[in-house]
Amino acid sequence: MTGAIWNLLLGLAWVMLSGDFSGLNLLVGLVFGYISLVLIEPQLASLKGYPARVPRIIGFVGFFLKELIQANLRVAFDVLTPPWHMRPGVIAMPLNAKTEMEITMVANLISLTPGTLSLDVSDDRKVLYIHAMFLDDEEGLRRNLKEMEHRALELFR
Amino acid sequence: MIDLIKGTLIIAGSLFMLLASIGILRLPDLLTRMHATTKAAALGVMLIMVAAAMHFAETSIVARALAIVVFILMTAPVAAHVIGRAGYFVGSKLWSGTVKDELRPNYDPLTHELKSGMETQENAKRQPRDTDPD
Repeated sequence: MTGAIWNLLLGLAWVMLSGDFSGLNLLVGLVFGYISLVLIEPQLASLKGYPARVPRIIGFVGFFLKELIQANLRVAFDVLTPPWHMRPGVIAMPLNAKTEMEITMVANLISLTPGTLSLDVSDDRKVLYIHAMFLDDEEGLRRNLKEMEHRALELFR
Repeated sequence: MIDLIKGTLIIAGSLFMLLASIGILRLPDLLTRMHATTKAAALGVMLIMVAAAMHFAETSIVARALAIVVFILMTAPVAAHVIGRAGYFVGSKLWSGTVKDELRPNYDPLTHELKSGMETQENAKRQPRDTDPD
């Protein structure tokens, strides 16, 4: 968190000093701020882990967009063609996420990808019930969901 | 060139919205309808907002377009989850082609208790003790 604030401050300082108040210049400032934070990371304990987190977040956004578009096309195909190819069902997914915040994030991400909709969490917070639209390959679906959860949890821990 | 990209994005976005509305009409039950509407519509809004940001290319409008995308991404799944959950527990019928339902056996409609199914396995493995009530 401190890392993100410092990065923002350095970016703003760059905008102030260069005198060019445009979005593009702010982006340049953020990139330079990030580079300087990478360089001084070994000296400051409070920055630990911040530089590694940024590429992870970018990778996660890319992975998520890929999943979003791929699955949307699949649902679109099924909606448009007359016979139903879908095999919907409710499955139980064991959760690695522990706190309420993490469970909320994971459930929201699962709801956002087409083809899966989180229904409810069990009372002991161990299992998430998910309504899935394509259960032809249940093992593959479970693996995908697990990978999504794993990547999402990496961002917070 | 940039006009071509903007046009493609807007047309793709509106097509996804159209798909969402066709989905509401065609799909057989509540939960599959929630699938079609929330996600396709969210993707459609995202694509149109990206096109708008590219068209105006001003800081204030790009910031607003980004904010719209973020808010859609935050609210759409919550709404879908709440509507789907309420519909399921109120008792809306699942489609006849539904292949499995792992939630129903774990839910007690009288106490509204939702078990995880993990404790039953533990219970199955647990050895009986003297202190257990009959």
